[in-house]
Amino acid sequence: MTAKVRYDDVEVGTELPAQTFQVQRANLVQYCGASGDFNVIHWNERVAKAVGLPDVIAHGMFTMAEAGRVVSDWAGDPGAVVEYGVRFSAPVVVPDDDRGATLVVKGTVAEKLDGNRVAVDLDARVDESKVLAKARAVVQLA
Amino acid sequence: MPINRDFIGREYVADETYEVSRELIRRFADAIGDAQPAYRDVEAAKALGHPDVIAPPTFLTVLGFRFAGAGPLADPSLGLNYALVVHGEQRFVHHRPVRAGDVLTVTTTVDDIRDAGRNETLTTKTAVSTTEGEPVADLYSTIVSRGTAGAQEGANA
Repeated sequence: MTAKVRYDDVEVGTELPAQTFQVQRANLVQYCGASGDFNVIHWNERVAKAVGLPDVIAHGMFTMAEAGRVVSDWAGDPGAVVEYGVRFSAPVVVPDDDRGATLVVKGTVAEKLDGNRVAVDLDARVDESKVLAKARAVVQLA
Repeated sequence: MPINRDFIGREYVADETYEVSRELIRRFADAIGDAQPAYRDVEAAKALGHPDVIAPPTFLTVLGFRFAGAGPLADPSLGLNYALVVHGEQRFVHHRPVRAGDVLTVTTTVDDIRDAGRNETLTTKTAVSTTEGEPVADLYSTIVSRGTAGAQEGANA
């Protein structure tokens, strides 16, 4: 593994480049196919509303994957992401329009660990509201 | 209907293997919109020190659905209504990156089932290794069954 970021160049508080992701219905349909998760709440508005959701919601794992790109893009080598965990604190509601939901993800180095590893805390929001909690990745730096 | 607590501690060893291919990795990377070359181009992956293209950090989520039919969630006696299910927590611990050519085997354990307010949670651990016995990753997953806790007569399920 060859992360492009050096451990010695990073401090607690170092900010990763933030990214914005547009999440639309088409993304969810494609993710259903690639992941094998065809839960109807991710593509069928009628069923989603019938079970008490405001609308179709994104797969938590889709949101997690998008947020993770902030870390893997920063590291330069996705193989350097040795741990990654999140709590899905609020659903990402995806309306059937041309815009969908706008997911904004920021990352900050929270801790320097042994063995040239760092812990990165992620902040993922839609319309200013957090959709992930306790979102943390451990990255093996150079 | 509450989830059947008898499932706590049950272990499921998949009786089939999962063969990771370059095309499956590409399809997953396309679906998450990630243009990272190491997911598609062998030379780009090699330049990072990997023997073949590697998979995104959350790729192994596919295993849960590939083997769902042989796992606890598909067993009707668990009493889970999948339309009421949302994902609560997920964590991946990678022992090494997943890469094209891996032939993976999966063991899933039901760690816990409990009430969480009006909801219930079900937590599993999935150990992923190659068929040669090399550990690849451990997955920790909690799903939430909305409104099914202590479902008695008159409760809002």
